[in-house]
Parts: sequence; C-alpha cells; structure tokens
Amino acid sequence: MKRKSEPYVSTTNACKLCKPLGACLAFRGIEGAVPFLHGSQGCATYMRRYIISHFREPMDIASSSLGEKNAVYGGGANLKQGLHNVMTKYGARLIGVATTCLTETIGDDVPMIVRKFRQEKKGRERGPEIVTVSTPSYAGTHMEGFHAAVKAVVEQLARAGAATEAVNLLPGFVSPADIRYLREIFRDFEIPGIILPDFADTLDGQAQVDYEKIPAGGTPLEAIKRMGASRATVELGRTLFSQETAGQVLVERFDVPLHRLGTPIGLRETDAFFQILEQISGRPAPEPHAGERGRLLDAYVDGHKYIFGQKAVVYGEEDLVVGLTAFLAEIGVRPVLCASGGGSGRLAAAIAAVTGGLLPEPPVVREGMDFYEISEELEALEPDLLIGHSKGYHLARKRGIPLIRVGFPIHDRFGGQRILHLGYRGAQSLLDRIVNAILEKKQEDSRVGYGYL
Amino acid sequence: MDTLNPEELSSPVIDINAEEVKQELLEKYPTKVARKRAKQIVVNAIDLEGVVPEIQSNVRTTPGLIGQRGCTYAGCKGVVLGPTRDIVNITHGPIGCGFYSWLTRRNQTKPKGPEDHNFMMYCFSTDMQEEQIVFGGEKKLKQAIQEAYDLFQPKAIGIFATCPVGLIGDDVHAVAREMKEKLGDCNVFGFSCEGYKGVSQSAGHHIANNGVFTHIVGLDDKVREGKYKINMLGEYNIGGDAFEIERLFEDCGITLISTFSGNSSYDNFANSHTADLNLIMCHRSINYVAEMMETKFGIPWIKVNFIGAEATAKSLRKIAAYFEDPELTEKVEEVIAREMPAVEKVREEVKARCRGKVAMLFVGGSRAHHYQELFREIGMETIAAGYEFAHRDDYEGRRVLPGLKVDADSRNIEELHVEPDPGRFRPRLSPDQIARLEQGDLKLSEYQGMMPEMKSGSLVIDDISQFETEKLIEIFRPDIIGAGIKEKYVIQKSGVPLKQLHSYDYSGPYAGFKGAINFYREIDRMVNSKVWKYLKAPWQEHPELAAKYVWE
Repeated sequence: MKRKSEPYVSTTNACKLCKPLGACLAFRGIEGAVPFLHGSQGCATYMRRYIISHFREPMDIASSSLGEKNAVYGGGANLKQGLHNVMTKYGARLIGVATTCLTETIGDDVPMIVRKFRQEKKGRERGPEIVTVSTPSYAGTHMEGFHAAVKAVVEQLARAGAATEAVNLLPGFVSPADIRYLREIFRDFEIPGIILPDFADTLDGQAQVDYEKIPAGGTPLEAIKRMGASRATVELGRTLFSQETAGQVLVERFDVPLHRLGTPIGLRETDAFFQILEQISGRPAPEPHAGERGRLLDAYVDGHKYIFGQKAVVYGEEDLVVGLTAFLAEIGVRPVLCASGGGSGRLAAAIAAVTGGLLPEPPVVREGMDFYEISEELEALEPDLLIGHSKGYHLARKRGIPLIRVGFPIHDRFGGQRILHLGYRGAQSLLDRIVNAILEKKQEDSRVGYGYL
Repeated sequence: MDTLNPEELSSPVIDINAEEVKQELLEKYPTKVARKRAKQIVVNAIDLEGVVPEIQSNVRTTPGLIGQRGCTYAGCKGVVLGPTRDIVNITHGPIGCGFYSWLTRRNQTKPKGPEDHNFMMYCFSTDMQEEQIVFGGEKKLKQAIQEAYDLFQPKAIGIFATCPVGLIGDDVHAVAREMKEKLGDCNVFGFSCEGYKGVSQSAGHHIANNGVFTHIVGLDDKVREGKYKINMLGEYNIGGDAFEIERLFEDCGITLISTFSGNSSYDNFANSHTADLNLIMCHRSINYVAEMMETKFGIPWIKVNFIGAEATAKSLRKIAAYFEDPELTEKVEEVIAREMPAVEKVREEVKARCRGKVAMLFVGGSRAHHYQELFREIGMETIAAGYEFAHRDDYEGRRVLPGLKVDADSRNIEELHVEPDPGRFRPRLSPDQIARLEQGDLKLSEYQGMMPEMKSGSLVIDDISQFETEKLIEIFRPDIIGAGIKEKYVIQKSGVPLKQLHSYDYSGPYAGFKGAINFYREIDRMVNSKVWKYLKAPWQEHPELAAKYVWE
C-alpha cells in the first residue's frame, strides 16, 4: 500500500460523522422531543442504527421520506404531513427538525414551511414546539450539527423573565454518565441547573414495565424557556470560544453572563470548572468533590511510574481531544498526535493553551484528519497507546498497542454510554484504565509473566 | 416439519381474531393513512388453489411514521456491492452516507491469500463540501478515483451517488467512462443510487443488479473445472452464513463459481456466466441478475433456502435433482445423513423448552419468510410477519408478476433490455429435461412467496411502523420478535426479546446445519430468559413486606 500523495482530496476512513446526526443527538436530550429529519428516509435510518449501536437504547428519528418527485418540486407537503403524524402518533412536546443534504441542496425554506404549518393548525390544537436547524452535511461535522441544534433551541425557545437562581450548563457532546455526574455536582453546590441537552435518561434509560414512546427525561421545556432569566451560563468546549454559540445568544438577547471553559477533563480543566461554580454559588467545593480531587492527585502520584513518558495518539471530536490532551499532559503521558476530523481552525490554539508549560515538545495537531492519514503519522511517531473511539481499533490492532475507548462511537465494547470522562471522577477512571492498559500490555508481552507489577 | 400440509395451513393460528387486531391497528390513524395501511395489513387466507389475498407493498412510507426502511444508496452500496472484497467502493457525496455504511452490515469475507485484495475495512468518500455543491463535484470525484487507484491498484472501482449528486447534475457514469479509459487496467463504473430514488432500499438492489450485470458479468469466459457448477445469488455472508453454505457445497462436490455477493470477488462475478445453475436465496434483492443471466446466457434458476436444517437438506436435494446425476444425489444424501444427527440432538433438547411459543418477524425482503422455518423446527409458530422492502411477488408468489402495476417510483429505476448473447447463449436444459424436472418436484424460475407458507389467519404486515409494532406487542405479547437493531431496544423495553436478523446480534452463522444449531441455542437462550421477571423490584412486587415492627 502506498503513501497518499499530498495534497489529496478524498477521505479514507473518516474520523467524523455527519452534521444532522449531531443535531438529532442534541434534540434527543430535550423532554418530550422527537428528532425529525427533513430529507430521504435513509438518513434517519442510518443515523438511528448508528446511534443505537453505541447507546443500546431506542432512538426514534422521524423522517419526511422525500422521493424523487419531492426532490424536484420541493418537500414542503411531506414535511407538513410528517409533522402532523408525529404530533398525533407520538404525542411529542417538541419536534426538532434538522435538514439534510437533499433538502439543503434543493433549497427548501424550512422555517417558512413550519410557519405555514403552524398557521394552518392554529386554533385547532395546542401543538408541540417546533425547532428548526439547518444542518447540511457538506458544511461541518456532527459537532457543528450538535452545537447548531443547541443554539437553535435557545434562539427559538428561550425567553426573558423575572431573574431566577438557575445556572445554564451547556456541556457539549458528553456521555450520559458525564451528564449524571454534572447534575450531581450542581446538586452538591446547591445550584439549580438547566443542562442542555440532557440525554442522561433518554439515551441510557431503565428497563421498563410499560414502554413509553418518548422516554422520560431530557431538559424540561419549561426550563429551556426560562434560560433567558438565569443568573449565568457555563458553556464547555475551548473550540467554541469566540464563536456564535447558544451561550453567546443568551448574552446578546438576555444579558445572561457567560462563562466559557474547556471541557473539564483532567485536574486543571476540572479545577477551572469548580472554581467557576464556587464563584457562582459563593461556596467552596462540597466535601465529596474535594475528597475526590485529593484522591485523584494521590493516584496521579501512584500511577506516574507506570505511564511516565508513554507516547499517546488522541483522536476524535475536537473538544474531547483538547480535554484528553490536557489530562494526558498532566499525568506524564506524552501526546504526540492530536487529530480530529473536524475543521474548526481552533484546535491547535486550544491544545497549546492546555499543554503550555507541561510538555517538553508540543504534539502534532491536525484537523481534517481521516484514519488513513492518522495511520501514516503513526509510523514515524511510534505511539504506545491510542485514545479515541472504536474506529481506531484497526490501527491499534495493526500496531499491537492498547486502545483506550472514549467518546463516540463505541460499538466494539459494552457500556460506551456509561464511560465517564469529566471531572475528578472521570479523570480517576481514565487514569485507572490507562495505567492498567499499559500494565496489561507489559504483562502480556513479558516472557516471564510477572504477577506482581 | 419443513413446510406445512394444507390442513395445517388452514388451521387457525392462535385464539385471536386477526381482523379485530387489524382494526385495532388502524383505528388511531388519520383516515387517509388508515386507508393506505389497510391495504398493507392483510389477514392471510389460502384458498384451495393456494392463492392468497393481495397485499399492497413497495409503496412509499408515510412521512412521520417511524419505520424500518433505508434508502436506495443503502441497498446498492451497502447490501449488494458492499460484501465484495476487492472492488474499491467510492461514495460520492458528503461524509455521512459512506460512514454509516462502513462495515455496519457485518458481511464477512475471506481473501484467498496475502496477495488477494481486501478493501472491506476501508470507507472511501469524496467528502463533498459546499464548494462542490455549488460548482459541481466531478473534478473532485475524478481526483478521488485517481487517488484510490494510485494507492491500491484495484481491479475495479465503483462510484455510488448520494442525494446531492443527482440534484447538482454530476454525471457519475461519464466520469466512470473517462477514468476507466485513463487508467487502462481498472474497470470503473458508476451507480445512480441517490437516496431519494425508489421507495426503499429495494430500488438500490435493482440498480446494483443492473450495474453488476452490465459492467462485470461475462468479462471472463474461462471455464472452470467442475461437474456441477452453480452461482449462489442473494446470499450476503452475514455472520459467516456463506462459509457454512460453501462448506456444504464443497463436501457435496458442487463447484461454486460466484456468490452474489457474500464472500465474493470481482473475478468471480466476471466469470459467473459460465455456471450451469443459479440458486436464489433472497429473491427480492437479486432476482434481476438471475433473470438477465437466463435471458443472455441460458442459465436456469431455482429458489433455494439454506435457513433451517430441513430447508437446507431440501435445497441440496433440489440441486441434485437439477443435475440428474446419481453420483451427486448419493453425495448429497451422504452429507445430509452425516450432518443431521447433531442437528436433531440439539433440536429435540431445545424444542422441549420452546414448543408452543410464538414469534413475529418483520425483516428484510426474504428473511421474514426464511426464518419461519427455523422457528418451526423448534416448535415455535410465527403468527405475524412482514417485509421491510419486498414487493408483491415476495409475498404472494411470482404468479402475480404479469398483473403488477408499474408506478412512478418503479418507473424511475431502469429496466435493462437483455437479449440472448449471440456467441455465448447456451441453453443448459433440453425441452425434455425441463418437462421431466417440472413433473418432479423441481420448479424452475419459481418463487411461491411467503404467504402461501403461512397459516390462514396469521397477520401479514408490509413496511410495519414502530407504532404498529408497539400495538402488536400489547395485543399478542409474543415470545420473541425478529427484526433489526433499530427496533431492538424499543421492543426489549416492552419486555419482549428481539433477535436481530440483519446482523444476527453479532453472532452466527445461522445458515446450513451448523447455523441451525447456533440459532436453536440462541432462541432458547432468549425466549427462556428469566430476566424479565425481575422488572419489578421486590418492594414493588410485594408492598406488604415493606415495613413491619418486630413487636407487631
């Protein structure tokens, strides 16, 4: 197999997913919501099957099921019929309509079609909220789709009102386990939080006696409407800094103060997060969390001898990569390549900001990467471990090094939705997994087979 | 055991009025939707001539009803062309379509040696960006083809169009022709399989069939050695099914020229017209190739089914009957006799625990039919079944073909006009032979469909929606449902186990004799699981035990 000639244009084994998928995930984190894709039915089917293979939970996405005729004459009628059916059949309280390549290319004006639909329905029934977001896959990845949907929800639903004590938390695309932990942190700080989106229950639900068409949980609609009256917003993700995000909308429209932080992975980024919460709540970090921080630091000391100087390649969504890199740098692992299929243009600066002063030499940072290119880079870098989602498995196998599975999608291991990445507790769990992966490899490779390491 | 006798077929299913159930399914729909669905939900009834009621199928899904179907691209690239290991498949479009069809069907392949190309692990895409949507993507596509060629030197490159491609007017066929000429030693062909074409993935199967037949079949006339040469059509090697079937062919001395397309290679396709018999597994996805090969090269086809031990034995006997060679018959009987004891041992053991339980199957274009046999073998009855993307002939049998109306959606898909090849058309059977075979049990070019093999009074539901599935569970509480991953967790949240019959729950094989054993065990594990009875915590189950003082 040859090396790719540069520059080249095709993508081989992508390290990104498509834009409407991110939007569907975000909509799924709202109470009573049904994600709806305006396009060919294949999009809904493909994204459902993909999301389900990670979360092992129902994931309903409705579709306007456009055919050739609609592609020529426009999909308005199908969209209206589809919205009507979702309203009557599923009892949705919110329908999140995301566009697809098809409807963006033919130029359907979705906000206008929805306005007309509402007018036609007016007076007859109290319909669900309908939020629309433009998500053509040819401009951006699933993460752009995710953030666009969160922003659209805030833009289209949040209102001004009498000031409340609530704090808005926009965590980005993290796991259900992460969201549950964030809720716990807010509870312990006694901060009433509005987490958007919150798919902790909708994408990691309980076994049920009676099936519910739309799973319980999600950010309450009433809470979203009150987001304009909250006392502050905390928005996570360094590549979002200076961007036109949901948090920014809340500043511009309702003067809600915005705190922008990195995704709190590892000690320092989590410290920054807790500091903001201390500041907002006016109280010190609650004891259980301070204790967790102490134990984490203790484990950093204990684990250091096993992993110091190990070389790691990190890949996946940009903000996840930034957070993981910050964490790796602290524990003495050397990130040698930070790669993402995303292309925000802000990855390098964010990595530099979180690794400054900790690394002897900065890692190679690459946006717009696919796995073929990552594979090429590996040959010279000779890493000791990979950190990322399931799609990197073949690289790990080829090189005979461990893969620490994080993020999305994870479809070759069990429990991907329960992986904890954030905070002191998440760092502890990641540290244990990394140390043990290195130990296991050492043990397996040893001819002696030491039993005491 | 294998198929039901007329008396069994007409005996009522279970103590439930299927007409009433149908009404219950329809009553919540708006009138227009209810009227449409009423034609797609049918209570089976088999008359004395074996004729079944008409069912509407292969029609558009109603927007907003969450269903099972995929798109034309999925049928073309994912299903039919996906399993071939040495064709570089380039998705021309934005990234999602390629990503979601990257190894997700779990079709396996076994390269013949280290030199044999295997691109199964790769997902090639032009990753279209806004610039290409505005100014056209042909230039980028050409570059992508050149890059794929430079990297891998494949024998062939397939280009698959996604939704935007047709809309912006990129001509994948013109690009393919140009690049084929430029590269010289690489066959390049395009598929206009935009997702919005047709009503389901079925359109994609047809487009794929046309492409494979036009661009590959017949390119290599070398005749391979072997007395009984066959092709296996509509077998996609999910979970290693094809490996098990190949093992049986080999043991019987049957030479497999090509499979369409499980564990297949480009060269196999090119050479497939030299076979003497085509076997069809999945009638829906592949019958076009079989018919075109019969017209052009004179190869007859028969319907087979390797899902179910009895069905496997029957299919092997059909092949033997076709070749009319005692040597083959003897060999086939020897293999069946060798394999059956192990099957029967497990079957009896499992049957004792599964007998009388009921299943529902909503899957595919043939699986909803084929898997009924496996369930029947362990004493389980399928009380409701339906396909995701099949046509009337798959339900009612090919006898309905002459009367089928061609609607606008089907008219969009090209019907190739095929004529006998002047140099290579060779009838494999004499008229005498045909008459003799037809007098026996062997029906050429015949598929009777699913409904004539289901009991009267069972429910047949085409393109089922999530809403209807939930209703059916409420009414019947089946012991198991066979469908796909999209349905799996909805159904399991309702307390009913779901067997994934597209990807086999990452298990398998289920074909042939060894596959039947795997399936019996798997179903036994699922329908006899005790987990569901723990849904309620003890304090919910017996509230009276909750709190009590010792002195009470």
